[in-house]
Amino acid sequence: MTASDRVVAEGMRLDAEALGGKPTSLWRTTVRRLFQRRSAVVGLTILGILVATAILAPVIAPFEPDQVLIGIEEGAKIRSAPCIHLLGCPKDRPEHILGLDGNVRDFFSRIIFGSRFSLIVGFTTVGFAIVIGTTLGALAGYLGGWLDDAIMRVMDVLLAFPSLLLAIAIVSVLGPGLINALLAIGIVTIPAYARVMRASVLSVKETSFVAASKALGAGTARILLVSVLPNAVTPLIVLGTLEVASAILSAAALSFLGLGAQPPTPEWGSMLSTERNQVFTSPHLVFFPGLAITLTVLGFNLLGDGLRDALDPRLGRGTKVEVV
Amino acid sequence: MLQYTIRRLLSSIPVLFGILLVTFAIARMIPGDPCRAILGEKATEEVCERFIRDRGLDRPIYVQFGIYMQDVLQGDFGDSLRFSRPVSLILVERLPMTIELSLAALTLAVIVGIPLGILSAMKHNTPTDVVTMVGANIGVSMPVFWLGLMLAYLFALVLKGTPLWLPPSGRLTAGISSVPFYEVYGWGVDPETGTFKLLHFFSNLYVFNSIITANWKVLGDTLKHLILPSVALSTIPMAIIARMTRSSLLEVLGREYIRAAKAKGVPYRTVIMKHALRNALLPVVTIIGLSLGSLLGGAVLTETIFGLSGVGRALFEAISARDYPIIQAFTLVVAFGYVMVNLVVDLSYTLLDPRVRLQ
Repeated sequence: MTASDRVVAEGMRLDAEALGGKPTSLWRTTVRRLFQRRSAVVGLTILGILVATAILAPVIAPFEPDQVLIGIEEGAKIRSAPCIHLLGCPKDRPEHILGLDGNVRDFFSRIIFGSRFSLIVGFTTVGFAIVIGTTLGALAGYLGGWLDDAIMRVMDVLLAFPSLLLAIAIVSVLGPGLINALLAIGIVTIPAYARVMRASVLSVKETSFVAASKALGAGTARILLVSVLPNAVTPLIVLGTLEVASAILSAAALSFLGLGAQPPTPEWGSMLSTERNQVFTSPHLVFFPGLAITLTVLGFNLLGDGLRDALDPRLGRGTKVEVV
Repeated sequence: MLQYTIRRLLSSIPVLFGILLVTFAIARMIPGDPCRAILGEKATEEVCERFIRDRGLDRPIYVQFGIYMQDVLQGDFGDSLRFSRPVSLILVERLPMTIELSLAALTLAVIVGIPLGILSAMKHNTPTDVVTMVGANIGVSMPVFWLGLMLAYLFALVLKGTPLWLPPSGRLTAGISSVPFYEVYGWGVDPETGTFKLLHFFSNLYVFNSIITANWKVLGDTLKHLILPSVALSTIPMAIIARMTRSSLLEVLGREYIRAAKAKGVPYRTVIMKHALRNALLPVVTIIGLSLGSLLGGAVLTETIFGLSGVGRALFEAISARDYPIIQAFTLVVAFGYVMVNLVVDLSYTLLDPRVRLQ
């Protein structure tokens, strides 16, 4: 712990004493509040199941995601409907709880493996956007002047495009593929983080604890990391969680348009896109991937809402105020 | 007010300039040789050299940008590489479809979303509130393309033969066509002029065109074809509007003046409708403006699923075919429209809320 940290820590302890209570950890309070919210618990449950599915995919899935069952299994027919023996499907038909797809692969196994892609998509894009966005926002807010103007004008221009259209345009420059789609979605979401970070920086830049750090000789990087960043963590976490949800939706949309993950990758958007012309004859091949996307996105949205309520100390219990 | 409008218009110039720069850069960065993309793979070196010189593609990049800007300011977007027709003509054919679809979806989102939000706030913490908000959460989580396909399956196949059947694709049933109003009324317009483009644009708004030509059969058919795509497109903004209305109304309901109104015996319904809603709807207006972005993005998907030839689908097809002039012009128009709508939303604040002092 350095001298400036000690000053800050002492200040926080005095603040807490002045308010007449023991200093309690922000994280403990947050977790406690989070579990009091039904929607957050539902969201966490969905995401828990999703993470478990992604990790245990090879154990849960009865088949390999790319395994073509023609010649391997008797009676395997292209795009056959779901067959569950317990629900009265004739015993002489092979059991496939979500049916088979256009290449005679077990659809359930593909959906299970798809959970891995949706998690990768969500976390990598948001991780990328947070790192770049917060750096830009912090520099803009802290240094100010022409740099601030330049960075924020660029962000304004990025925000002037409807995000999916901009992502499509970027992928068209980079070329289709899952990695490029992730990069495009990441780039499109950078401005949101830059703005949040800049606002946080501006709000604490003139405070005495930043002045104290500066007086003790802390450099710009240190001030930004140690004094400023912690003040921006709350909105960044909330925004990040909600952005994971929209990143998964955008990635699915890009794959649906043929710009993201390419077949035979078991990615939900791409699976849906491959079979979309069969919606009238084999609706299960369109229904289940979409349902999987919806549940995943719902999980992140519910958790994000819950986190927002839990992390905002201004909100008392029972007055839930949402800002979209 | 006028001063503020002018200042806002001026301050959006850098953004519009940035949009120009981005569309220019994107079109230049898309891999591929423009000469061979336009003249075909078999174009000789000589022909290509002349082509590049004619189009100014051998000049420094800033000169090229200058030429591009000059053309755009004069409304000249060049010719489409695929169709060999002026981009502006393709734009007036495709844009009305997207406008019709987006407006229908936005209208649906507003007339359903706001009442749901009010209901939810009035019945705060009751099962009604919970069900509405769970519905809203599911609404923002559904992929547009999936919902569209499922609606098409349900209404076009499962409900086939019932009065609830709806067409799964196209703008009009085969055999029915929308005759432009300028032809119905026998106006002779020269197809080369700007007036023609303008009239052509309005005649491609089928709802508008069929109303002013009193062609109710076409109107009914157009509306029938609009239902599924606009429902699919409206869910996300509808859910967002409902949530925003609810939270904003709840916040306003906690204020002193609401308690005062209640205390002096104003009926609860009047308190909500007259006193609270006026303040509560301000943030909702902003959200409506912003949700236009998701509508335009969603339009690409909706148009693809329902086989509608609008701007979104045209843009997507142009990107696949490397049709640069269309990519540039359409991205520019969409981004420009988005900026302008949000400017109008900001300005409408002064009319909606006299307390807003515009700096």
